[in-house]
Amino acid sequence: MTTTVTREGTPAGVRRPAPRPGLRDRLSRWDVKASPYLYVAPFFIVFGIVGLFPLLYTAYVSLFHWDAGDDNPDFIGLDNFKELFADAQFWHSLENTVSIFLLSSVPQLIIAVLLAALLSTRLRGATGWRVGILLPYAASLVALGIIFANLFGPKYGLVNGLLQTIGLSPVDWQANRFASHVAIAIMVNWRWTGYNALIVLAAMQAIPKELHEAALIDGAGTVRRFRHVTLPLLKPTLIFVTITSTIGGLQIFTEPKLFDAMPGSNNGGSTHQFQTVTLYLYQTAFENFDLGYASAIAWVLFLIIVVIAGVNYLLTGRLARTPRRKG
Amino acid sequence: MTTFRKGLATALGITMTALAVAACGGGGDSSSDIPAAAGPNEHIELTLATFTEFGYEALIPEYERLHPNIKITHRKTGQGGPYAQDMMTKLAAGSGLADVQAVEEGHLSDILSKSSKFYDLTQIGPADASPDRWLSWKYDAGKDKNGKLIGYGTDIGPDAMCYRKDLFAAAGLPTDPEAVKSIFATWDSYFAAGAQYVQKTGGKAWFDSAAQNFNAMVNQLPVGYLDKDDKLTVESNQGIKDAWAKVTDAVGKGESAKLTAFSNEWNSGFRQSAFATKVCPAWMLGVVKEQAGPDNAGKWAVTDAFPGGGGNWGGSYLTVPTQSKHPREAAALTAWLTAPEQQLKAFQAKGTFPSQVKALESPELLSQTDAYFGGAKIGELFVAQAKKVAKPQYKGPNDGQIQENVTAPALQAVEQGKSPADGWQQLVDGAKKLAR
Repeated sequence: MTTTVTREGTPAGVRRPAPRPGLRDRLSRWDVKASPYLYVAPFFIVFGIVGLFPLLYTAYVSLFHWDAGDDNPDFIGLDNFKELFADAQFWHSLENTVSIFLLSSVPQLIIAVLLAALLSTRLRGATGWRVGILLPYAASLVALGIIFANLFGPKYGLVNGLLQTIGLSPVDWQANRFASHVAIAIMVNWRWTGYNALIVLAAMQAIPKELHEAALIDGAGTVRRFRHVTLPLLKPTLIFVTITSTIGGLQIFTEPKLFDAMPGSNNGGSTHQFQTVTLYLYQTAFENFDLGYASAIAWVLFLIIVVIAGVNYLLTGRLARTPRRKG
Repeated sequence: MTTFRKGLATALGITMTALAVAACGGGGDSSSDIPAAAGPNEHIELTLATFTEFGYEALIPEYERLHPNIKITHRKTGQGGPYAQDMMTKLAAGSGLADVQAVEEGHLSDILSKSSKFYDLTQIGPADASPDRWLSWKYDAGKDKNGKLIGYGTDIGPDAMCYRKDLFAAAGLPTDPEAVKSIFATWDSYFAAGAQYVQKTGGKAWFDSAAQNFNAMVNQLPVGYLDKDDKLTVESNQGIKDAWAKVTDAVGKGESAKLTAFSNEWNSGFRQSAFATKVCPAWMLGVVKEQAGPDNAGKWAVTDAFPGGGGNWGGSYLTVPTQSKHPREAAALTAWLTAPEQQLKAFQAKGTFPSQVKALESPELLSQTDAYFGGAKIGELFVAQAKKVAKPQYKGPNDGQIQENVTAPALQAVEQGKSPADGWQQLVDGAKKLAR
């Protein structure tokens, strides 16, 4: 590109001792230097608008006592964060979030891997099964939330009805903190297990057949091959799935919001027994309109997600270690 | 060359979009100067934002016919909660509100504390919209602390008591609307009858939810959660303490069906005959009919007695935000929509109970009966209840949030087994946190 442009810029035969570059010439040199940046610019500009700017602006807002509609919010420095760290409701909601996250993600990923293993065996109508497990994901989240909240109704819910017919005592899925977490985790698992299973399945199908064949010749059974061939090679996929479900799990919002008996409530139950951090954040920002405090919550949640995703990455890496030491 | 230009154009385009997006967030607040009224031939477009059912569908074309230069766009939202959030966000953003913005009573306190963002209707409203048009308590509740009138009242929700005749009969209680009045005379007599009912029926619930009764009781007090200086009164307010003691005592005696109002379980509770009495503001009759269904027709009754006198629950106001470009025209529309004649039409359309003295005197309203409630003269009954309402209680900022997000959950916690003392502490702590 440079050569063509230079040739155009200096017509043959006209050679001057000190050629002053013309406008065209200078522009074309700029073109070479600037164009690459401009080509990649759209991504960075869009990221700047929808990603970086909100992130930084949230950090800025978190330094104020900012009530929605305030004309002159008070600058209070790090007071929001100080208050947040002493806020029992925040820690309570964080505990809820982690509890719901663990109750959903751990069984979800284990079941997803097992489901994927089942689906990768030779089945009649394989596509049908694969589409089938993705169906819950295709359904509307809000509709699912409302249906599940009904199923887990403490008085007239179907689940308690079933429990009573088999002679067990009904569970108050709303009032009991652990029971409410279980109910919400079931909601989450119902939706996401199939989705994760399909991702894992895709990775399983990509494992070269030769490896399995070689293991088979070496006399490895199904379980052994699964543990020593399949699982290690799934490592990158498992890391990906774990991190995405961590991010999703720590931001869980719709399910607990819809699980509350009171329509439209962000309270997460009578004593916040299933109020998650995002629900608390939402309540602070859009129900109490305390934008500064809500921004502080958002930033702390962001940092927690970064840390937990990092820990996850290390742990998953260790669990599914690549067995190619010997080379 | 061309690539450079293209790149530059793209970059510029994106930057412009970014600036445009950023500009939307800004939006300055207009000054308190009131724009002049438009000339009679100037074409004006007004927007009107309401939620659920106001019964304005037929009124809007009528107004446009009367004022050929005005075109009205009606923005209707389904639910009150999301509507209020949307309104507060637009109020904070400084743009996006309609010329006429409806505000529900429960969210009025948040608006009144930001009264600088609304026009004073006594300044821009037409002369015929004088205070004597409304019930005085409804009119006064639309004023901020300094007496600035933010909203014209639309409908109201005077309280009465609904009860199940068949369940009363089964428990040996009187069933005639006149005979039950003594049961509903005071909260003490009401809860005492409830305790009796629980005993005689072997543990059946007397009312639907503790929070529903508690809200009605607190609304009757001269001072609510906040006093006129916006100071939290909860810990020192004897009326609130007494109400708490009475309601939680009733919960302890098994009088509550422990259902969260408006939840699915509550809806099922109506069909399952889970409770015998229900606090019934005028608009609740429709809810009862809808949820209890035709199978229970004739079993429900309503009487013009309410423990502790009268009370009001619900009803809305129409406001004109300073964001409006045509405030005088918006105020004129607001005054027209809240005039007695129009309120009667709205009542006929959607059952919104009028708050205007003349409308309450109209034979159309007074002769209204309801077959579902055994042919009760509900028009006359609720007019009588509306007149029993005392002067309005001052509601400070966050009043609605305290009621919905602190009190109701605290009472629910007591219904779920928390001790009344712990529940009270939850209420006090929660209210303090919100009021800080």
